[in-house]
Amino acid sequence: MAEKVIMTAAEMGRALSRLAHEVVERNGGAAGLVFLGMRTRGVPLAQRLAARIKDFEGVDIPVGALDIGLYRDDLSNLGVQPKVQRTDIPQDLFGKDIVLVDDVLYTGRSIRAAMDAIIDFGRPRTIQLLVLVDRGHRELPIRADYVGKNIPTSLQEEVQVRLEEVDGQDEAVLMRGEVKAP
Amino acid sequence: MTAPSLTRRHVLDLDDFSAGEILHILDTADAMKEVLAREVPRVPALRGRTVVTAFYEASTRTRVSFELAARALSADCVNLNVALSSTTKGESLLNTVRTLRALGADVIVMRHSQAGAPYLVARYLNICMINAGDGAHAHPTQALLDLYTMRERLGRVERLKVAIIGDIRHSRVARSNLWGLAALGAQVALCGPATLLPRGPELELLPTVALTTHLEEALEGAEVVMPLRLQLERQQSGLLPSLREYRELYQIDGARLARAHPRALVLHPGPMNEGVEISTEVAHGAQSAIESQVTNGVAVRMALLYLYGHGEVSDVRAP
Repeated sequence: MAEKVIMTAAEMGRALSRLAHEVVERNGGAAGLVFLGMRTRGVPLAQRLAARIKDFEGVDIPVGALDIGLYRDDLSNLGVQPKVQRTDIPQDLFGKDIVLVDDVLYTGRSIRAAMDAIIDFGRPRTIQLLVLVDRGHRELPIRADYVGKNIPTSLQEEVQVRLEEVDGQDEAVLMRGEVKAP
Repeated sequence: MTAPSLTRRHVLDLDDFSAGEILHILDTADAMKEVLAREVPRVPALRGRTVVTAFYEASTRTRVSFELAARALSADCVNLNVALSSTTKGESLLNTVRTLRALGADVIVMRHSQAGAPYLVARYLNICMINAGDGAHAHPTQALLDLYTMRERLGRVERLKVAIIGDIRHSRVARSNLWGLAALGAQVALCGPATLLPRGPELELLPTVALTTHLEEALEGAEVVMPLRLQLERQQSGLLPSLREYRELYQIDGARLARAHPRALVLHPGPMNEGVEISTEVAHGAQSAIESQVTNGVAVRMALLYLYGHGEVSDVRAP
């Protein structure tokens, strides 16, 4: 598979800094915010954003982890059994402003599942969506409030975000499927 | 580590589960336990699926545990009342299950007094079959919840010293536990009167399992102590001289538990004969995990229903 880097480590760092500022600006501060990272890679992204906000705003934002395995609607299409992990909600979500954090936004189905999961934990004031890469091809009426980078893709391509904490390095790549012989 | 694929349709016993697959189930159960701790313990994972509990032998705890597990996953759950069902009119087991499948059942949870009954159904009918205890043969979901509880409380199962005490020969709990404990690398001592210890070629497959009639030997350094329910009818069938003698030689009481590892965990598959195989003091003491076994049972059964209960029922092999 051919691989093209669409975001370097330095670019990812700058994008996260900008996103952190955008979140605080849009919410008029950091009070009442809760970050929920979607497993797997949304969790370290949410932690990094919270650390940046702590630096310039001096506020500790609670960070949780959401596993949407039990809320998916496409299980029987997957072929292999996905691993379900614990969901970890740091505090009562009632009346909070939730920022849902994920690495790649694609069809929007996992975001739909994530919203169902969040609402099971209480009624937040708002749910906002932050993604590092938006690759298009939505199948549901969902859009992100904060986007690190928009990457137009074809359905044959795959976007992979790699993070230091999970993959040993920071980068986002675009992978093209093998061209099949006619 | 091999993750389970969607090809497994049944949970009949643990003898065909790899260590990787067992650990995957335990990890999934861990996520389920978080769901059970929520204010509203319910997720939509099995919405639209139907789970039927068919208990041909009395059991409250296991059946209720499965029903709660199915409901927490939003499955529909139907209890087949065997005493009032067409079984009493002479319908065969296979025909009963065929009917249930035609009515839309996706998963059958079966308990049967005949060893092998769930295997018969699994062989001929394409439906997810979970064995909830068959005769003296197997009780895989109980073994999995025991393994889960050990791992949760003690951090691992590998190299754990486990003593199982009592009527091993007639115990489906002990048998399924042996497969699971051996797969995960525990050291097991089976202890009881010689008449209640197992004999058979299977034991040679399990090099980490030792037999003894001396309780002190089994308890020495044990990190898990699991007395089994003593079926009172064993005395009538002549396998035990008297209940009093059994109690004196094999009851787990405070003094005997003190011979085990200081942090030893006490497990019991229930229902307990308090004062026979276990003293009241130990059953409800600080080292007892018997109540958490019950909660963990729901989480483990949720994991099994989730992992194996949503496959599509397609091809049918007729007998």
